[in-house]
Amino acid sequence: MSAPPTAQQPSLVTPTVADSPEMPGKRVRLAVDRPMRLDSGVEIGGFQIAYQTYGTLNADKSNAILICHALTGDHFVVEKHPVTGKPGWWEMLVGPGKPVDTDRYFVICSNVLGGCLGSTGPKDIDPATGQPYGLSFPVVTIGDMVRAQKLLVEHLGIEKLFCVVGGSMGGMQVLQWAVAYPESVFAAVPIATAARHSAQNIAFHEVGRQAIMADPNWRGGNYLLEGTKPEAGLAVARMAAHITYLSETALHRKFGRNLQDRKAITYGFDADFQVESYLRYQGAAFVERFDANSYLYITRAMDYFDLAADAGGTLANAFRPGGKTTPVRFCLASFSSDWLFPTSESRAIVHALNAVAANVSFVEIETDKGHDAFLLDEPEFHQVIHGFLEGCAEHRGLSARRRAR
Amino acid sequence: MVDIRDDLKLIAEMVEPNSRVLDVGCGDGALLDYLSHAKNVDGRGIELSMDGVRQCVAHGLSVIQGDAETDLKDYPAGAFDYVILGQTLQAMRQPRDVLQMMCRIGRRAIVSVPNFGYWRVRLQLMLTGRMPVTEKLGYQWWETPNIHFCTLRDFVVLTEEMGITIEQTRIIDRAGRVTSHAHSGLANLLGEQGVFLLRGNGG
Repeated sequence: MSAPPTAQQPSLVTPTVADSPEMPGKRVRLAVDRPMRLDSGVEIGGFQIAYQTYGTLNADKSNAILICHALTGDHFVVEKHPVTGKPGWWEMLVGPGKPVDTDRYFVICSNVLGGCLGSTGPKDIDPATGQPYGLSFPVVTIGDMVRAQKLLVEHLGIEKLFCVVGGSMGGMQVLQWAVAYPESVFAAVPIATAARHSAQNIAFHEVGRQAIMADPNWRGGNYLLEGTKPEAGLAVARMAAHITYLSETALHRKFGRNLQDRKAITYGFDADFQVESYLRYQGAAFVERFDANSYLYITRAMDYFDLAADAGGTLANAFRPGGKTTPVRFCLASFSSDWLFPTSESRAIVHALNAVAANVSFVEIETDKGHDAFLLDEPEFHQVIHGFLEGCAEHRGLSARRRAR
Repeated sequence: MVDIRDDLKLIAEMVEPNSRVLDVGCGDGALLDYLSHAKNVDGRGIELSMDGVRQCVAHGLSVIQGDAETDLKDYPAGAFDYVILGQTLQAMRQPRDVLQMMCRIGRRAIVSVPNFGYWRVRLQLMLTGRMPVTEKLGYQWWETPNIHFCTLRDFVVLTEEMGITIEQTRIIDRAGRVTSHAHSGLANLLGEQGVFLLRGNGG
């Protein structure tokens, strides 16, 4: 880590391998005085959370929106990515004049606990051994990620978030926020997500993990110490996962059976088809920015997510804190061609919220772009988010659209 | 203030300020919008059409995409002060069940129904021998979503059978004027639609 720790931050965790000196963004050490207890029972203290903020926090600290990123996302929401050089992953939705208007709201996004872009994760040095954690890093859950985010939000002096927004795994965190800290969230926008990870989704994750672990360069998780990189395994994991983010229609529209830079099939196993070439590219690009062990840990966190199980088996009970209807205002959105987190998953959450007569909006957006649609240009989806936030802002007493200029 | 349909105005008059309202089949949200601004209600909506839901949510209203006949059962008893059904009872597959559920989850239900006993309807059927098509019910028989038409008398009889109390009645004519505050044979002839404030037997 190059950025000097601020005064009150003891260096319990030493600099990490991939924390290159140029990595921009804010960092904070949390749970320094009192370790945070993970769902597994392990206690973790003095961990680092990397985050970014956009916009300005107002005087009564009532305009903060927390964005939760998905499995392979990070906190570079609306700025050039420091590793890939690509635009921020949610510039479609977030920014000045966008539905999540940074001229109006104070937007926070942090890299999840267990991640690999600045927050403490398996690639970091275990202070106890002086070596990278690898698989000795404790297993974290969606609940643990949110616990860490809560500490960050408190560190920023914010008592109640105006809104928590996220898609996919980010949506799981949004739900977890609303259930774990209903008094600290005014509104929640879980997008293309589920209250529990389905058997099919766990299965896909297991394929990805097995691909990583089958790579001889993985070395039982000790690749950092042994100077190898399980690139092939991680790339295959990404390729398999990437298919689940698209729809059959979208894949067909994009590639069909088109051949890659050739006029005829080659009767071999080179990437004859464009879709193969595309997936190989996606896999190769991914290993540049993602840590293989982090992928294992974060997919596991999603697999373990089951809100109903935590609430005694009935999802509605999760939204009835202390026997009273949750005060959080919800807006759920799903996408018609998303088969990874299909509309039925969102509808199950809506039914549970109805069962406690909670304040909920729900829209299924018609699109053929699959799960990834939440990251793409979907004007109707953006109108819905904009309208919902406007309505909530009115109820929260946040002033008109823009500050006078 | 936004201008809303005549029957919606009458419905709005029946709603106490600051109450909790569920509008079933809320369409583009005109009534909900009106109620939240004019009466400061905590309003929710259910709408079948995605376009309607999108319009509502994009205007800051709390609306879910759903089907009254399958989704009303999720709500707990007495969750709302009023459950409103504006001119859609006749489009339900099981209108009786919907009415029952409305009276369970709302302390009151407000229903507006088009009157198939209206004199123009009767006259059309009698004179032309064909299914009536009126200004407000402008569908041919083969395309209409209105699969369970009733007269105002039919509706009142059903409420009696179900043990539902009609607390208020507004019968309105073609111009949207209230012609009667009670149901009668004449009202069933002269009224184009009726608006009823209902209380279930459990409430």
